[in-house]
Amino acid sequence: MHPAFSVIFLTTLIGVGQGLFLALYTGQLYSVIKVLPVQDSPGFYGYGSLLALVFLVTGLIASFFHLGHPERAWRSAAKWKTSWLSREVIVLPSFMGMTFIYAMIHINGWNPVLFSLSEDFIVDLSLLVGAINTVLAFSLFICTAMIYACIKFLQEWATPLTVVNYTLLGMASGFALSTAFAAYVNSDLINFYGGWAIVLTVTAFITRCASLIRNNNIKYKSNLSSAIGIRHTKIQQKAQGSMGGSFNTREYFHGAKPAFFKSIKWIFLVLVFAVPVALLSGGLANNMFILFALAFVVQYVGLIAERWFFFAQANHPQNLYYQTI
Amino acid sequence: MKQLALVIDLNVCVGCHACVTSCKEWNTSGTAGFMSDYNPYDKDPTGTFFNRVQTFEVGEYPNTQTVHFPKSCLHCEEPPCVPVCPTGASYKREEDGIVLVDYDKCIGCKYCSWACPYGAREIDENQKVMKKCTLCVDRIYDETLPEAERKPACVLACPTSARLFGDVNDPESIVSEQIRDNGGYQLMPEWGTKPANHYLPRRKTNITIHHDELTRVDNPLNKERQLPGPGEDEQTLDDIMSW
Repeated sequence: MHPAFSVIFLTTLIGVGQGLFLALYTGQLYSVIKVLPVQDSPGFYGYGSLLALVFLVTGLIASFFHLGHPERAWRSAAKWKTSWLSREVIVLPSFMGMTFIYAMIHINGWNPVLFSLSEDFIVDLSLLVGAINTVLAFSLFICTAMIYACIKFLQEWATPLTVVNYTLLGMASGFALSTAFAAYVNSDLINFYGGWAIVLTVTAFITRCASLIRNNNIKYKSNLSSAIGIRHTKIQQKAQGSMGGSFNTREYFHGAKPAFFKSIKWIFLVLVFAVPVALLSGGLANNMFILFALAFVVQYVGLIAERWFFFAQANHPQNLYYQTI
Repeated sequence: MKQLALVIDLNVCVGCHACVTSCKEWNTSGTAGFMSDYNPYDKDPTGTFFNRVQTFEVGEYPNTQTVHFPKSCLHCEEPPCVPVCPTGASYKREEDGIVLVDYDKCIGCKYCSWACPYGAREIDENQKVMKKCTLCVDRIYDETLPEAERKPACVLACPTSARLFGDVNDPESIVSEQIRDNGGYQLMPEWGTKPANHYLPRRKTNITIHHDELTRVDNPLNKERQLPGPGEDEQTLDDIMSW
Protein backbone atom coordinates (compact mmCIF):
# COMPACT_ATOMS: atom_id res chain seq x y z
CA MET A 1 0.00 0.00 0.00
CA HIS A 2 1.02 3.59 -0.49
CA PRO A 3 1.53 5.08 2.99
CA ALA A 4 -0.59 8.21 3.47
CA PHE A 5 0.94 10.65 5.92
CA SER A 6 -2.49 11.83 7.05
CA VAL A 7 -3.23 8.34 8.36
CA ILE A 8 0.29 7.88 9.72
CA PHE A 9 -0.06 11.06 11.80
CA LEU A 10 -3.61 10.22 12.85
CA THR A 11 -2.77 6.76 14.18
CA THR A 12 0.48 7.74 15.90
CA LEU A 13 -0.79 11.02 17.42
CA ILE A 14 -4.00 9.60 18.86
CA GLY A 15 -1.95 6.64 20.15
CA VAL A 16 0.18 9.09 22.16
CA GLY A 17 -2.96 10.84 23.43
CA GLN A 18 -4.60 7.58 24.49
CA GLY A 19 -1.38 6.33 26.13
CA LEU A 20 -0.89 9.61 28.01
CA PHE A 21 -4.45 9.58 29.33
CA LEU A 22 -4.11 5.95 30.43
CA ALA A 23 -0.87 6.84 32.23
CA LEU A 24 -2.48 9.77 34.05
CA TYR A 25 -5.53 7.78 35.04
CA THR A 26 -3.41 4.85 36.22
CA GLY A 27 -1.55 7.35 38.41
CA GLN A 28 -4.81 8.67 39.84
CA LEU A 29 -6.31 5.22 40.41
CA TYR A 30 -3.16 3.98 42.14
CA SER A 31 -3.13 7.03 44.37
CA VAL A 32 -6.72 6.28 45.45
CA ILE A 33 -5.76 2.79 46.53
CA LYS A 34 -2.64 4.34 48.09
CA VAL A 35 -0.07 2.59 45.95
CA LEU A 36 1.22 5.91 44.64
CA PRO A 37 1.33 9.36 46.19
CA VAL A 38 -1.52 11.74 45.30
CA GLN A 39 -0.67 14.40 42.69
CA ASP A 40 -1.75 17.99 42.40
CA SER A 41 -5.20 17.62 40.80
CA PRO A 42 -5.34 20.58 38.37
CA GLY A 43 -1.63 20.82 37.67
CA PHE A 44 -1.00 17.16 37.02
CA TYR A 45 -4.14 15.27 35.97
CA GLY A 46 -5.86 18.35 34.60
CA TYR A 47 -3.12 19.86 32.44
CA GLY A 48 -1.79 16.40 31.62
CA SER A 49 -5.16 15.48 30.10
CA LEU A 50 -5.20 18.74 28.17
CA LEU A 51 -1.80 17.78 26.76
CA ALA A 52 -3.30 14.42 25.71
CA LEU A 53 -6.16 16.34 24.12
CA VAL A 54 -3.70 18.41 22.08
CA PHE A 55 -2.34 15.19 20.55
CA LEU A 56 -5.85 13.84 19.90
CA VAL A 57 -7.00 17.05 18.22
CA THR A 58 -3.85 17.23 16.08
CA GLY A 59 -4.42 13.62 15.03
CA LEU A 60 -8.03 14.32 14.15
CA ILE A 61 -7.01 17.35 12.07
CA ALA A 62 -4.42 15.21 10.25
CA SER A 63 -7.10 12.65 9.41
CA PHE A 64 -9.17 15.25 7.55
CA PHE A 65 -6.38 15.58 4.99
CA HIS A 66 -7.09 11.98 4.01
CA LEU A 67 -10.64 12.75 2.91
CA GLY A 68 -11.79 13.87 -0.51
CA HIS A 69 -14.78 15.58 1.09
CA PRO A 70 -13.89 16.56 4.68
CA GLU A 71 -17.07 18.64 4.94
CA ARG A 72 -19.07 15.41 4.77
CA ALA A 73 -17.05 13.71 7.53
CA TRP A 74 -20.05 13.77 9.89
CA ARG A 75 -21.74 11.22 7.62
CA SER A 76 -19.13 8.63 8.50
CA ALA A 77 -20.75 7.83 11.85
CA ALA A 78 -23.65 6.18 10.02
CA LYS A 79 -22.54 2.60 9.46
CA TRP A 80 -21.17 1.69 12.87
CA LYS A 81 -22.88 -1.69 12.67
CA THR A 82 -20.57 -2.93 9.94
CA SER A 83 -17.63 -0.56 9.56
CA TRP A 84 -14.70 -0.28 11.96
CA LEU A 85 -13.89 3.10 10.43
CA SER A 86 -17.35 4.30 11.39
CA ARG A 87 -16.86 2.96 14.92
CA GLU A 88 -13.56 4.82 15.17
CA VAL A 89 -15.30 7.98 14.02
CA ILE A 90 -17.73 7.62 16.94
CA VAL A 91 -15.24 6.51 19.61
CA LEU A 92 -12.54 9.10 18.86
CA PRO A 93 -14.69 12.22 19.50
CA SER A 94 -16.28 10.48 22.52
CA PHE A 95 -12.83 9.81 23.92
CA MET A 96 -11.77 13.39 23.21
CA GLY A 97 -14.90 14.74 24.87
CA MET A 98 -14.46 12.59 27.96
CA THR A 99 -10.77 13.52 28.17
CA PHE A 100 -11.80 17.18 28.10
CA ILE A 101 -14.42 16.59 30.82
CA TYR A 102 -11.82 14.70 32.90
CA ALA A 103 -9.42 17.63 32.51
CA MET A 104 -12.11 20.18 33.42
CA ILE A 105 -13.15 18.24 36.51
CA HIS A 106 -9.57 18.35 37.77
CA ILE A 107 -8.77 21.91 36.75
CA ASN A 108 -11.99 23.41 38.14
CA GLY A 109 -12.29 21.07 41.10
CA TRP A 110 -15.79 19.85 40.12
CA ASN A 111 -15.11 16.65 41.90
CA PRO A 112 -17.90 15.57 44.25
CA VAL A 113 -17.54 12.24 46.06
CA LEU A 114 -20.05 9.87 44.52
CA PHE A 115 -19.79 6.83 46.76
CA SER A 116 -17.18 4.82 48.61
CA LEU A 117 -16.45 1.16 48.13
CA SER A 118 -14.60 0.94 51.44
CA GLU A 119 -13.18 3.37 53.95
CA ASP A 120 -10.11 3.96 51.81
CA PHE A 121 -11.58 3.53 48.35
CA ILE A 122 -13.54 6.71 47.76
CA VAL A 123 -14.96 7.12 44.27
CA ASP A 124 -15.26 10.72 43.15
CA LEU A 125 -16.57 12.00 39.81
CA SER A 126 -13.14 12.16 38.16
CA LEU A 127 -12.49 8.52 38.99
CA LEU A 128 -15.76 7.44 37.40
CA VAL A 129 -15.27 9.61 34.30
CA GLY A 130 -11.72 8.30 34.03
CA ALA A 131 -12.89 4.69 34.25
CA ILE A 132 -15.38 5.22 31.41
CA ASN A 133 -12.70 7.01 29.42
CA THR A 134 -10.29 4.12 29.96
CA VAL A 135 -12.79 1.82 28.30
CA LEU A 136 -13.07 4.33 25.46
CA ALA A 137 -9.26 4.52 25.14
CA PHE A 138 -8.95 0.77 24.70
CA SER A 139 -11.99 0.68 22.39
CA LEU A 140 -10.29 3.31 20.26
CA PHE A 141 -7.12 1.22 20.00
CA ILE A 142 -9.25 -1.73 18.88
CA CYS A 143 -11.27 0.32 16.37
CA THR A 144 -8.19 1.95 14.84
CA ALA A 145 -6.32 -1.33 14.48
CA MET A 146 -9.35 -3.31 13.30
CA ILE A 147 -9.78 -0.90 10.37
CA TYR A 148 -6.64 -2.57 9.02
CA ALA A 149 -6.90 -6.01 10.61
CA CYS A 150 -10.41 -6.68 9.28
CA ILE A 151 -9.38 -6.65 5.60
CA LYS A 152 -8.68 -10.33 5.30
CA PHE A 153 -6.90 -10.27 1.97
CA LEU A 154 -4.35 -7.73 3.19
CA GLN A 155 -2.64 -10.65 4.86
CA GLU A 156 0.10 -8.59 6.53
CA TRP A 157 -2.60 -6.73 8.49
CA ALA A 158 -5.16 -9.47 9.05
CA THR A 159 -3.81 -10.68 12.38
CA PRO A 160 -4.59 -10.02 16.06
CA LEU A 161 -0.98 -8.80 16.30
CA THR A 162 -2.09 -5.63 14.52
CA VAL A 163 -4.43 -4.79 17.41
CA VAL A 164 -1.80 -5.75 19.99
CA ASN A 165 0.86 -3.61 18.31
CA TYR A 166 -1.33 -0.54 17.90
CA THR A 167 -2.28 -0.78 21.57
CA LEU A 168 1.19 -1.41 22.95
CA LEU A 169 2.95 1.12 20.72
CA GLY A 170 0.38 3.79 21.56
CA MET A 171 0.70 3.08 25.26
CA ALA A 172 4.50 2.96 25.14
CA SER A 173 4.69 6.39 23.49
CA GLY A 174 2.04 7.78 25.87
CA PHE A 175 3.88 6.52 28.93
CA ALA A 176 7.16 7.93 27.59
CA LEU A 177 5.44 11.30 27.26
CA SER A 178 3.95 10.97 30.74
CA THR A 179 7.46 10.37 32.13
CA ALA A 180 8.69 13.56 30.48
CA PHE A 181 5.59 15.38 31.74
CA ALA A 182 6.10 14.09 35.29
CA ALA A 183 9.73 15.22 35.15
CA TYR A 184 8.69 18.62 33.82
CA VAL A 185 6.25 19.29 36.68
CA ASN A 186 8.65 17.73 39.20
CA SER A 187 6.24 14.97 40.14
CA ASP A 188 7.38 11.95 42.12
CA LEU A 189 5.85 9.57 39.59
CA ILE A 190 8.88 9.71 37.26
CA ASN A 191 10.11 6.27 38.26
CA PHE A 192 6.63 4.73 38.00
CA TYR A 193 5.97 6.13 34.53
CA GLY A 194 9.54 5.65 33.32
CA GLY A 195 9.55 2.05 34.47
CA TRP A 196 6.27 1.30 32.75
CA ALA A 197 7.38 3.13 29.59
CA ILE A 198 10.36 0.77 29.42
CA VAL A 199 8.23 -2.32 30.14
CA LEU A 200 5.67 -1.33 27.47
CA THR A 201 8.38 -0.51 24.92
CA VAL A 202 10.09 -3.86 25.47
CA THR A 203 6.76 -5.73 25.24
CA ALA A 204 5.86 -3.83 22.09
CA PHE A 205 9.28 -4.77 20.69
CA ILE A 206 8.48 -8.44 21.20
CA THR A 207 5.02 -8.26 19.60
CA ARG A 208 6.16 -6.02 16.72
CA CYS A 209 9.02 -8.44 15.99
CA ALA A 210 6.50 -11.28 16.12
CA SER A 211 4.46 -9.55 13.41
CA LEU A 212 7.61 -8.85 11.35
CA ILE A 213 8.56 -12.53 11.52
CA ARG A 214 5.00 -13.57 10.68
CA ASN A 215 4.89 -11.23 7.70
CA ASN A 216 8.24 -12.49 6.48
CA ASN A 217 6.82 -15.98 6.16
CA ILE A 218 3.44 -15.13 4.68
CA LYS A 219 2.10 -17.45 2.01
CA TYR A 220 -0.11 -15.39 -0.27
CA LYS A 221 -3.46 -16.97 -1.05
CA SER A 222 -3.90 -15.15 -4.35
CA ASN A 223 -1.65 -15.45 -7.34
CA LEU A 224 -1.81 -14.48 -10.99
CA SER A 225 -3.45 -17.79 -11.75
CA SER A 226 -6.39 -17.22 -9.40
CA ALA A 227 -6.50 -13.53 -10.34
CA ILE A 228 -7.29 -14.18 -14.00
CA GLY A 229 -8.54 -17.74 -13.55
CA ILE A 230 -6.13 -19.48 -15.89
CA ARG A 231 -4.33 -22.48 -14.52
CA HIS A 232 -0.74 -22.21 -15.63
CA THR A 233 2.55 -21.83 -13.82
CA LYS A 234 3.92 -19.34 -16.35
CA ILE A 235 1.75 -16.26 -16.76
CA GLN A 236 3.22 -12.89 -17.61
CA GLN A 237 1.45 -9.60 -17.83
CA LYS A 238 2.06 -7.74 -21.07
CA ALA A 239 -0.22 -4.73 -20.66
CA GLN A 240 -2.29 -3.28 -17.80
CA GLY A 241 -4.57 -1.23 -20.01
CA SER A 242 -3.09 2.20 -19.38
CA MET A 243 0.37 3.59 -19.98
CA GLY A 244 0.52 6.64 -17.74
CA GLY A 245 -0.40 4.92 -14.49
CA SER A 246 -3.74 4.94 -12.73
CA PHE A 247 -5.26 5.00 -9.27
CA ASN A 248 -4.36 1.31 -9.13
CA THR A 249 -0.66 2.01 -9.58
CA ARG A 250 -0.62 5.05 -7.28
CA GLU A 251 -2.65 3.87 -4.29
CA TYR A 252 -1.45 0.31 -3.78
CA PHE A 253 2.32 0.50 -4.39
CA HIS A 254 4.63 2.26 -1.95
CA GLY A 255 6.98 3.19 -4.80
CA ALA A 256 10.06 3.34 -2.58
CA LYS A 257 13.36 1.77 -3.62
CA PRO A 258 13.92 -1.70 -2.07
CA ALA A 259 16.97 -0.48 -0.17
CA PHE A 260 15.00 2.41 1.32
CA PHE A 261 12.10 0.13 2.20
CA LYS A 262 14.40 -2.30 4.00
CA SER A 263 16.32 0.43 5.80
CA ILE A 264 13.07 1.88 7.24
CA LYS A 265 12.52 -1.38 9.10
CA TRP A 266 15.89 -1.14 10.86
CA ILE A 267 15.46 2.59 11.43
CA PHE A 268 12.16 2.12 13.22
CA LEU A 269 13.44 -0.81 15.26
CA VAL A 270 16.27 1.40 16.55
CA LEU A 271 14.24 4.60 17.00
CA VAL A 272 11.08 3.12 18.53
CA PHE A 273 12.69 0.56 20.81
CA ALA A 274 16.48 0.67 21.32
CA VAL A 275 17.13 4.41 21.66
CA PRO A 276 14.09 5.26 23.86
CA VAL A 277 14.83 2.41 26.27
CA ALA A 278 18.43 3.63 26.58
CA LEU A 279 17.34 7.26 27.01
CA LEU A 280 14.63 6.37 29.55
CA SER A 281 17.07 4.27 31.55
CA GLY A 282 19.60 7.10 31.42
CA GLY A 283 16.93 9.57 32.46
CA LEU A 284 15.81 7.40 35.39
CA ALA A 285 19.40 7.03 36.57
CA ASN A 286 20.14 10.77 36.39
CA ASN A 287 16.61 12.17 36.76
CA MET A 288 17.03 14.43 33.75
CA PHE A 289 13.95 15.92 32.04
CA ILE A 290 15.81 16.44 28.77
CA LEU A 291 16.53 12.70 28.41
CA PHE A 292 12.85 11.81 28.95
CA ALA A 293 11.74 14.45 26.45
CA LEU A 294 14.31 13.20 23.97
CA ALA A 295 13.15 9.60 24.53
CA PHE A 296 9.59 10.58 23.64
CA VAL A 297 10.58 12.64 20.59
CA VAL A 298 12.87 9.92 19.23
CA GLN A 299 10.22 7.27 19.81
CA TYR A 300 7.56 9.37 18.09
CA VAL A 301 9.77 9.93 15.05
CA GLY A 302 10.41 6.19 15.06
CA LEU A 303 6.67 5.52 15.20
CA ILE A 304 6.18 7.57 12.04
CA ALA A 305 8.70 5.27 10.35
CA GLU A 306 7.02 2.23 11.93
CA ARG A 307 3.60 3.23 10.59
CA TRP A 308 5.08 4.01 7.18
CA PHE A 309 6.54 0.52 7.10
CA PHE A 310 3.27 -0.99 8.32
CA PHE A 311 1.43 0.46 5.32
CA ALA A 312 4.19 -0.06 2.77
CA GLN A 313 4.65 -3.70 3.74
CA ALA A 314 1.03 -4.64 3.03
CA ASN A 315 0.78 -6.30 -0.34
CA HIS A 316 -2.63 -5.78 -1.91
CA PRO A 317 -3.84 -8.62 -4.16
CA GLN A 318 -4.95 -6.10 -6.80
CA ASN A 319 -1.24 -5.53 -7.45
CA LEU A 320 -1.27 -8.85 -9.33
CA TYR A 321 -3.15 -7.05 -12.11
CA TYR A 322 -0.60 -4.23 -12.28
CA GLN A 323 2.76 -5.94 -12.70
CA THR A 324 3.85 -4.18 -15.88
CA ILE A 325 2.81 -1.26 -18.05
CA MET B 1 -33.02 -12.68 -6.16
CA LYS B 2 -32.02 -10.88 -9.30
CA GLN B 3 -28.30 -10.38 -9.83
CA LEU B 4 -27.34 -8.55 -12.97
CA ALA B 5 -23.83 -9.22 -14.19
CA LEU B 6 -21.52 -9.47 -17.14
CA VAL B 7 -20.09 -12.65 -18.57
CA ILE B 8 -16.86 -12.08 -20.42
CA ASP B 9 -15.74 -14.65 -22.92
CA LEU B 10 -11.94 -14.75 -22.96
CA ASN B 11 -12.14 -17.15 -25.88
CA VAL B 12 -13.36 -14.49 -28.25
CA CYS B 13 -12.08 -11.24 -26.72
CA VAL B 14 -9.60 -9.80 -29.21
CA GLY B 15 -8.40 -6.96 -26.97
CA CYS B 16 -9.66 -4.12 -29.16
CA HIS B 17 -10.54 -1.85 -26.17
CA ALA B 18 -13.87 -0.89 -27.73
CA CYS B 19 -15.55 -1.68 -24.39
CA VAL B 20 -13.09 0.68 -22.66
CA THR B 21 -13.76 3.62 -24.93
CA SER B 22 -17.52 3.10 -25.14
CA CYS B 23 -17.70 2.82 -21.33
CA LYS B 24 -15.75 6.02 -20.90
CA GLU B 25 -17.81 7.80 -23.55
CA TRP B 26 -21.16 6.81 -22.05
CA ASN B 27 -20.29 7.37 -18.43
CA THR B 28 -18.33 10.58 -18.83
CA SER B 29 -21.40 12.08 -20.53
CA GLY B 30 -23.75 11.03 -17.75
CA THR B 31 -25.65 13.17 -15.30
CA ALA B 32 -23.47 11.96 -12.41
CA GLY B 33 -20.58 14.05 -13.68
CA PHE B 34 -17.68 13.49 -16.01
CA MET B 35 -14.83 11.08 -15.43
CA SER B 36 -11.85 13.35 -15.09
CA ASP B 37 -8.66 12.98 -17.12
CA TYR B 38 -5.25 14.45 -16.43
CA ASN B 39 -2.64 15.03 -19.15
CA PRO B 40 -4.86 13.26 -21.68
CA TYR B 41 -2.68 14.35 -24.62
CA ASP B 42 0.62 14.66 -22.72
CA LYS B 43 3.27 12.53 -21.15
CA ASP B 44 1.82 10.16 -18.50
CA PRO B 45 -1.86 10.49 -19.32
CA THR B 46 -4.12 9.28 -16.53
CA GLY B 47 -7.76 9.41 -15.61
CA THR B 48 -10.82 7.67 -14.25
CA PHE B 49 -11.93 4.50 -15.98
CA PHE B 50 -14.56 1.93 -15.04
CA ASN B 51 -13.24 -0.73 -17.36
CA ARG B 52 -9.83 -1.68 -18.70
CA VAL B 53 -8.51 -4.41 -20.96
CA GLN B 54 -5.31 -6.03 -19.80
CA THR B 55 -3.16 -8.49 -21.67
CA PHE B 56 -1.44 -11.56 -20.34
CA GLU B 57 0.82 -14.10 -21.96
CA VAL B 58 0.25 -17.64 -20.77
CA GLY B 59 2.89 -20.30 -21.31
CA GLU B 60 6.36 -20.23 -22.80
CA TYR B 61 7.35 -19.76 -26.41
CA PRO B 62 6.38 -21.45 -28.67
CA ASN B 63 3.41 -22.72 -26.65
CA THR B 64 1.94 -19.37 -25.71
CA GLN B 65 -1.53 -17.93 -25.60
CA THR B 66 -2.18 -14.20 -25.53
CA VAL B 67 -5.14 -13.59 -23.25
CA HIS B 68 -6.93 -10.25 -23.35
CA PHE B 69 -8.58 -9.71 -20.04
CA PRO B 70 -11.22 -6.97 -19.57
CA LYS B 71 -11.50 -5.97 -15.90
CA SER B 72 -14.21 -3.92 -14.21
CA CYS B 73 -16.25 -4.09 -11.01
CA LEU B 74 -17.48 -7.65 -10.57
CA HIS B 75 -20.62 -6.70 -8.58
CA CYS B 76 -19.86 -9.32 -5.94
CA GLU B 77 -22.71 -11.06 -4.17
CA GLU B 78 -20.69 -10.62 -0.95
CA PRO B 79 -19.07 -7.26 -1.75
CA PRO B 80 -16.27 -6.57 0.77
CA CYS B 81 -16.32 -2.88 -0.21
CA VAL B 82 -19.86 -2.32 1.11
CA PRO B 83 -19.70 -3.13 4.87
CA VAL B 84 -16.47 -1.16 5.35
CA CYS B 85 -17.94 2.08 4.01
CA PRO B 86 -18.48 4.36 7.03
CA THR B 87 -21.20 6.50 5.43
CA GLY B 88 -23.26 3.94 3.56
CA ALA B 89 -22.34 5.62 0.25
CA SER B 90 -21.21 2.26 -1.03
CA TYR B 91 -24.21 -0.03 -1.32
CA LYS B 92 -25.59 -3.05 -3.09
CA ARG B 93 -29.04 -2.69 -4.63
CA GLU B 94 -31.59 -5.18 -3.36
CA GLU B 95 -33.58 -5.21 -6.60
CA ASP B 96 -30.84 -6.15 -9.06
CA GLY B 97 -27.61 -6.71 -7.11
CA ILE B 98 -25.72 -3.81 -8.69
CA VAL B 99 -23.05 -2.37 -6.37
CA LEU B 100 -23.17 1.41 -6.55
CA VAL B 101 -21.63 4.50 -4.94
CA ASP B 102 -23.80 7.41 -3.84
CA TYR B 103 -21.61 10.31 -4.97
CA ASP B 104 -23.46 12.69 -2.65
CA LYS B 105 -22.65 10.66 0.46
CA CYS B 106 -19.10 9.52 -0.38
CA ILE B 107 -16.45 11.29 1.70
CA GLY B 108 -13.56 10.04 -0.46
CA CYS B 109 -11.76 8.13 2.30
CA LYS B 110 -10.72 5.39 -0.16
CA TYR B 111 -11.32 2.68 2.44
CA CYS B 112 -13.59 0.76 0.04
CA SER B 113 -10.81 0.66 -2.55
CA TRP B 114 -8.53 -0.95 0.04
CA ALA B 115 -11.24 -3.49 0.78
CA CYS B 116 -11.66 -4.55 -2.88
CA PRO B 117 -9.22 -7.35 -3.78
CA TYR B 118 -9.72 -6.67 -7.50
CA GLY B 119 -8.78 -3.00 -7.56
CA ALA B 120 -12.11 -2.16 -9.17
CA ARG B 121 -12.65 1.18 -7.43
CA GLU B 122 -10.83 4.42 -7.89
CA ILE B 123 -11.09 7.99 -6.72
CA ASP B 124 -12.07 10.62 -9.26
CA GLU B 125 -9.41 13.27 -8.74
CA ASN B 126 -11.80 16.00 -9.78
CA GLN B 127 -14.97 15.05 -7.93
CA LYS B 128 -13.04 13.47 -5.01
CA VAL B 129 -15.46 10.55 -4.72
CA MET B 130 -15.02 6.86 -5.38
CA LYS B 131 -16.20 5.66 -8.76
CA LYS B 132 -16.65 2.29 -10.35
CA CYS B 133 -18.64 0.41 -12.97
CA THR B 134 -22.39 0.97 -12.54
CA LEU B 135 -23.39 -1.68 -15.10
CA CYS B 136 -24.74 1.40 -16.93
CA VAL B 137 -27.60 1.58 -14.46
CA ASP B 138 -28.65 4.80 -16.20
CA ARG B 139 -29.27 3.06 -19.51
CA ILE B 140 -30.38 -0.52 -18.79
CA TYR B 141 -33.70 0.72 -17.39
CA ASP B 142 -34.13 3.64 -19.78
CA GLU B 143 -37.45 3.08 -21.52
CA THR B 144 -36.78 5.80 -24.07
CA LEU B 145 -34.19 3.51 -25.60
CA PRO B 146 -35.17 0.63 -27.90
CA GLU B 147 -35.25 -2.57 -25.86
CA ALA B 148 -32.24 -4.05 -27.64
CA GLU B 149 -30.14 -1.08 -26.51
CA ARG B 150 -31.01 -1.38 -22.82
CA LYS B 151 -27.66 -2.97 -22.11
CA PRO B 152 -24.37 -1.65 -20.74
CA ALA B 153 -22.40 0.42 -23.25
CA CYS B 154 -19.49 -2.04 -23.23
CA VAL B 155 -21.76 -4.95 -24.17
CA LEU B 156 -23.20 -3.05 -27.12
CA ALA B 157 -19.75 -1.99 -28.29
CA CYS B 158 -18.09 -5.40 -28.27
CA PRO B 159 -17.54 -6.43 -31.91
CA THR B 160 -17.04 -10.12 -31.09
CA SER B 161 -19.88 -10.47 -28.56
CA ALA B 162 -17.35 -11.34 -25.90
CA ARG B 163 -19.45 -9.51 -23.34
CA LEU B 164 -22.84 -10.83 -22.32
CA PHE B 165 -25.25 -9.17 -19.92
CA GLY B 166 -28.05 -10.65 -17.87
CA ASP B 167 -29.30 -12.06 -14.59
CA VAL B 168 -26.92 -14.75 -13.34
CA ASN B 169 -29.52 -15.98 -10.86
CA ASP B 170 -32.05 -16.74 -13.58
CA PRO B 171 -31.18 -20.22 -14.89
CA GLU B 172 -32.82 -19.48 -18.23
CA SER B 173 -30.81 -16.33 -18.98
CA ILE B 174 -28.13 -16.23 -21.65
CA VAL B 175 -25.45 -15.54 -19.04
CA SER B 176 -26.44 -18.50 -16.84
CA GLU B 177 -26.55 -20.74 -19.89
CA GLN B 178 -23.07 -19.65 -20.97
CA ILE B 179 -21.64 -20.07 -17.45
CA ARG B 180 -23.14 -23.54 -17.28
CA ASP B 181 -22.23 -24.73 -20.73
CA ASN B 182 -18.83 -23.17 -21.17
CA GLY B 183 -17.22 -23.43 -17.76
CA GLY B 184 -17.78 -19.88 -16.48
CA TYR B 185 -15.64 -19.05 -13.45
CA GLN B 186 -15.13 -16.31 -10.87
CA LEU B 187 -11.95 -14.33 -10.08
CA MET B 188 -10.08 -14.96 -6.81
CA PRO B 189 -12.64 -17.36 -5.36
CA GLU B 190 -10.37 -17.74 -2.31
CA TRP B 191 -11.76 -14.59 -0.67
CA GLY B 192 -15.41 -15.62 -0.68
CA THR B 193 -16.55 -12.44 -2.41
CA LYS B 194 -18.72 -14.41 -4.87
CA PRO B 195 -18.28 -12.12 -7.86
CA ALA B 196 -21.40 -11.93 -9.99
CA ASN B 197 -19.38 -11.30 -13.15
CA HIS B 198 -18.06 -14.51 -14.63
CA TYR B 199 -15.38 -15.23 -17.18
CA LEU B 200 -15.50 -17.93 -19.82
CA PRO B 201 -12.17 -19.67 -20.32
CA ARG B 202 -10.16 -20.19 -23.47
CA ARG B 203 -11.39 -23.35 -25.11
CA LYS B 204 -10.42 -25.46 -28.10
CA THR B 205 -12.97 -27.44 -30.08
CA ASN B 206 -11.64 -31.00 -30.19
CA ILE B 207 -13.21 -34.24 -31.38
CA THR B 208 -11.73 -37.60 -30.62
CA ILE B 209 -11.35 -39.96 -33.60
CA HIS B 210 -10.22 -43.50 -33.00
CA HIS B 211 -8.14 -45.34 -35.58
CA ASP B 212 -10.88 -47.79 -36.53
CA GLU B 213 -13.15 -44.86 -37.34
CA LEU B 214 -10.81 -43.83 -40.17
CA THR B 215 -11.68 -46.91 -42.21
CA ARG B 216 -15.28 -47.56 -43.14
CA VAL B 217 -16.28 -50.89 -41.66
CA ASP B 218 -19.38 -51.36 -43.82
CA ASN B 219 -17.72 -50.26 -47.05
CA PRO B 220 -19.60 -52.05 -49.86
CA LEU B 221 -16.40 -52.16 -51.89
CA ASN B 222 -15.13 -54.70 -49.39
CA LYS B 223 -17.68 -57.10 -50.83
CA GLU B 224 -16.65 -56.29 -54.36
CA ARG B 225 -12.99 -56.84 -53.52
CA GLN B 226 -13.70 -60.49 -53.02
CA LEU B 227 -14.32 -60.88 -56.76
CA PRO B 228 -11.31 -62.11 -58.69
CA GLY B 229 -9.27 -59.10 -59.64
CA PRO B 230 -5.73 -58.03 -60.32
CA GLY B 231 -3.33 -58.21 -57.38
CA GLU B 232 -1.68 -55.18 -55.80
CA ASP B 233 1.29 -55.08 -58.18
CA GLU B 234 -0.48 -56.35 -61.29
CA GLN B 235 -1.61 -54.15 -64.11
CA THR B 236 -5.27 -53.18 -64.13
CA LEU B 237 -7.40 -52.72 -67.22
CA ASP B 238 -7.02 -48.94 -66.83
CA ASP B 239 -3.22 -49.14 -66.97
CA ILE B 240 -3.37 -51.14 -70.20
CA MET B 241 -5.95 -49.01 -71.90
CA SER B 242 -4.60 -45.57 -71.09
CA TRP B 243 -1.88 -45.29 -73.66
